[in-house]
This record gives sequence, C-alpha cells and structure tokens, in this order.
Amino acid sequence: MLQLENLKKSFRLPEGQRLAVLDVPSLFIGAGEQVVLMGESGGGKTTLLHCIAGIMQADSGSIRLDNIELTRLSEAGRDRVRASKLGYVFQTFNLLAGFTALENVRLGMTFGNGKHDIARAHDLLNRVGLGDRLHHKPSAMSVGQQQRVAVARALANRPRLLLADEPTANIDPTNQQKIIDLLRDVCTEENVAMLMVTHSPTVAEQFSRVERLESINVAWRESAPI
Amino acid sequence: MNLLLIAWRNMQQRGLASVLTVVSMALGVALVVMVLSISWLVTESFDRNSNVGCNLIVGSKGSPLQLTLNTIYYLSRPIEVLPYEDYLEFLPGDERQAMIKKIGGKIWDPDKAGIHSTTMKGGFAIPVCLGDYYGQFRVVGTTSMFFEKLRYGNQSDIEYRFAEGRNFLDESPEHGFYEAVIGWQVAREMGKRVGDTFQLNHGDPEGEGHGQQFHIVGIVAPTGTPNDRAAFVNLEGFLLLDKHSRAFENPAIAGHALVDVQPDVPSTPKFAGRLPLGKRDLTAILLKPSSGFGAMRLEMAVNKSAHAMATSPIQQIAIMLDFFVRPVQYALLALTFLVCLVSAVSILVSIYNSMNERRRDIAVMRALGARRDIVMAVILLESLLIALLGGAAGWLMGHLAGFIASPLVEDRTGIRVGLLNATSSLELTLLPGIVVLATLAGIIPALVAYRTDVSKNLS
Repeated sequence: MLQLENLKKSFRLPEGQRLAVLDVPSLFIGAGEQVVLMGESGGGKTTLLHCIAGIMQADSGSIRLDNIELTRLSEAGRDRVRASKLGYVFQTFNLLAGFTALENVRLGMTFGNGKHDIARAHDLLNRVGLGDRLHHKPSAMSVGQQQRVAVARALANRPRLLLADEPTANIDPTNQQKIIDLLRDVCTEENVAMLMVTHSPTVAEQFSRVERLESINVAWRESAPI
Repeated sequence: MNLLLIAWRNMQQRGLASVLTVVSMALGVALVVMVLSISWLVTESFDRNSNVGCNLIVGSKGSPLQLTLNTIYYLSRPIEVLPYEDYLEFLPGDERQAMIKKIGGKIWDPDKAGIHSTTMKGGFAIPVCLGDYYGQFRVVGTTSMFFEKLRYGNQSDIEYRFAEGRNFLDESPEHGFYEAVIGWQVAREMGKRVGDTFQLNHGDPEGEGHGQQFHIVGIVAPTGTPNDRAAFVNLEGFLLLDKHSRAFENPAIAGHALVDVQPDVPSTPKFAGRLPLGKRDLTAILLKPSSGFGAMRLEMAVNKSAHAMATSPIQQIAIMLDFFVRPVQYALLALTFLVCLVSAVSILVSIYNSMNERRRDIAVMRALGARRDIVMAVILLESLLIALLGGAAGWLMGHLAGFIASPLVEDRTGIRVGLLNATSSLELTLLPGIVVLATLAGIIPALVAYRTDVSKNLS
C-alpha cells in the first residue's frame, strides 16, 4: 500500500552546505497495517511524514501510495492525493479556531473528490464520542476532545493511510490511551493503514510493528542532524 | 463545505476588524450613492425647470445665460429693460390694436399688426417684469396668461393649479390692478393665505417698500419649479408702482413718429388708470410660437435687433448643466470613488495584517489537500464578501438617507425622492466596480496565502 525506496531528503544550511536528513532505503506498509515509528527528536520523523504526505518534496527516491508514484506528481497532483487518500493527525491538533467541531471534520472532506458527506461527519464525531459537541468551537472543548475532533477530521475523506505525528504528546495519560484506542479501532474498522510517530514506549508496545528511525534512516546513522 | 462558508468563518474569526472594514466600505459606497442621487436630483430639477412651457425668452441684449437665469430661475439680476412696445410686436393686428386702446399712450402705427405676428401665429407671448422682492422671494410682474398658457413638468404638459384661490384678474372690481398669486413655499414661509396682503420691496430684499398693498387671491400648488418660491403680481399694478415707469426716452423707440392714443375703456373709477404706453418697460418676454421652426425664425429675427435678443432657455440650461453643473458632479463623483478606493485599501490592510495569524490555518487547509489556488480563492472570497456586504449596506444607507431627506428635498425642489427612484444608471457600475476593487484589494493577501509554506507553518 505504501512503498518507500531510496528516499532521500536534505536541507540547505545557511552556510551553503546540504544536511542530509532522510535516507530511507526501503519501507513498506501494507493495507490496514498499523506501524509505530520511534526515534530521537530531530531524527527526521516529521520530515518523513511530510514527504509521504506530499507536503514536502523528497530530493530523490520513490514514494508509492496505492500504486501512485507521488514523486512524479505535480504539486497539485500531490494535493489531490493528500485530499483523497491521506489523513493527517497533528501533535497540536491544528483545528481551525473559527470552525465548529462538525465544520472542522467537514473541512477534511472538502478538498477531495468525494461527496461532502455530512452524515459521515456526524457519524465520525459520534464515534469519537463528541455527538453532543457538534457545534462547539475548539476553544469550548478540552484538549482530549480537540484531538478526537482531529482524529475524526483525518478520517473524514475515507483515507487509505493515516499519518499521525505524536498525536498524544500534548494529552494527559488518561486521554492518551483513549486517543490511541480510538485511532486503532477506527483504522481497523475502516481498514486504514496507519503510520504513527511517537516517543512513548507505552504507546509503542501496543503495536505489533515498531520501526526505529535509526534503523531505517541511513542519514541518521551517518551524520548528526541539526 | 463550500469555500464561501470557509471565507465567512474567516471573517467571523476576525469579527471586529471585519465589521470595521465592512463599515468603511459601506460609508464609501453610501457616499457614491448619495452623490449619484444628488446628481439625479439636480438633473431632474434642471430638466423640469428647463421645460418652462415657452421656446424663447426675449430680453435686452446681454448674456443669454443671465437672461435665462433671472427669467426662469429668478437668480442673478435682470440685465436691462425692454420697451413694452417690443412686446406689442409679437401680437396679431387685432390684439395689438385692442391692447393699445386698452392702455392708451404714445405709440407708432397703432393700427398695424406686430412685425413678428405672422411667425407667432397660434402661439403666445407673455410679458414679465422683475426686480422687486417680497421678503427674500422674487416678485414677478406678469399677466394672468402666465398661469393660463404656460405648462411645466418634464414633458411641459402639466397645467398650473391653485392650491387655494384663483388666478389674478387683469383688472379686478375689488382690488383693481393689485392682485397677486404666490408660490406655495412663499405662502408657507411668509405665513400668508388667500385674502392677506403684502407690499413689494424695491430692488432687493432690504429695499425700500413701495407702500402699495397687493391682495393675495391665489396660492399656486407645488410644481417643483422656481415658481414655488416667487410671488406673481399683476403687471399693470407692478408698472404703476413708484420708480417702475420709464424715466427716460428708451433709445430703442427713438425715431418713431408717435401717436397719442386715448384709452378706450376707462379704469374702474376707484383705481388709477394703467401706466400709458411710452412709460412702460419690461424685463423679458416669454414666447411660444406655434412651431419649432417659428421659434428658430423668431430667434434669428429678434437677434438682428440692436437692443433685444432672443434665447432658448433649454439650450442655455443645457449649456449651464454641461459647463458648470456636470464638472462639479464629476468632481464629486471622482472624490467619492477615491473614498471607495481608500475603503478597498482598508480591506487590503485588514486582511494583510491578519495573514501572519492565519498562516497556520492556511497550512492546515493545505495539509488537508487544499490546492494553492483554493486557499488563494478563499482569501479573495473573503475580500469580496467584505466589499459586497459593505457595498450592499452602503447602497441601502445612501438611498435611505435620500428617503429620509425626502420631505426636505421635496420642499426645496418639489421632487419626491422615493427609496429607489433617485437612481442613476451609473449605479449599475457599482457592483462590477466593487468586485474589481475587492479583487484588487484581496490579491496581495491572496498571494501571501498562495505562497504559504505548509511544512514551516504546521506546528
């Protein structure tokens, strides 16, 4: 479902040199598979997620998602793939403050090709336990509730792959487990593959497959990234 | 969820700033609408007044515009006087003879027809004397024909009506030559009714009073013309007032062999007789020949005279509109468009200043799959929403202001301003104008949104 090959990404330093951040010879995630990615801060985890999501363009290599070669697509093409095949959960939720919970979730299905399925937005919010908070704005919700809205939004477009970037980092331990359970349950129900970045061993041990960035990222092994 | 709702939510998110920007746009558009309404009002007013029911004004040689201004609008000072004998030249033989016999005095060829009578055939000539005041209002010495023959309105087809009383008589058994009819505004502002009297001030509003009382026998119903603000007195009474008779020989009639004609019909015994020919002068003559061609011939014929000229009031009013009024209207319009431009800049500043706060939101939308052109469109839509809301509010405010001021405007001009009738075709350019301004105002912030780096702005 997701196949990375020889994926490389570097950044230009102010002095003009290039700093290699990613060098992933190979990574494969199957349909519906749930994978945890661990690694030290600054190791390139978020960069990897951004490259997979098409937000950032890799220097070289291949990213195939559902048999679509993302690296050959134009920016608009990558936007289309992101809108229709990917869900993204951020560490800081990134809900739009002026929008209600329902509108935030609907925003997740606005830019794809699918129909604007309001019933699905309602259903997702019910599934994450916020059926009674549809019209609340983020400021009127707790941190845990906000992340649940973010999870519902990430699934709104019926993605094939969900990228989660430390989704529980800003949440208290009780809510952390609820979010993890929620993500795993919903992804299982909808047969959505998940690549989750986390620092938490407690979270990681719940997954059958855990990848360490140090082992898949040659660039990390060879040079100390910034 | 459509882009319009996203733009609307963005506006709501910055509630106060958005409202202030909408208000700024509304004020700009309201100003444009008000200026357009005033322009309409001015043009409408001039149009109404230019159709005074006569084709030509004859007066002493001088400025045709001044002649029109003081004869039709009662503005400015009369140029000079015309000999009354000139008026007689527009009358057919029988009317001229009857008039000479009624008035009496010295005249040449009392039995001939007026030299312009053939061209005038079927039309009418109305003598007018100006120069006196009643309070701040101009007094017009004329004959009862003024209200019988003249018409007003855009098509010159509305007859004068009397809100109270009647037209004055040429010679009334009760008041002799001293009857008057006043415009409705004169009646209201001076607190006069039918049956009251007033006296004329000589030369200007503070001039010496003539002492002779004129009896108000009628109040003209509102017409929306300068006649609402004038007092009309019988020409015979006007001529009899002190200092109104010709003091010196008018050079225009010099060289004629004069015959002294005794008046046929004696005046009502209790009143003095008419001012005789040879002592009578006029300020102007309003002419309406039976055809437009006749008017052209008359204009040429009169203008050959050494002392008199004829001018078309419609032509003069058109010149005045084109040379004096329109440039002011355009200048005002240009100013108000500048105000709109400033409002558009305020939209730009308002949205641009908020771009830093909303970079994260833009990055989130992009991460959810929004293309660059989509986030650009959202910003442009927001700019458009602000401008259209402000434009709609301003359009309504502008017309509402006119509607609220309607009683005052009607008092002054006689023109009724409804909620929507004071519109100009230029208003049709408002919508595309606002759209263009909003697009221009939104384009810079929209480009900022377009260029927003997603990965840098996703926290």
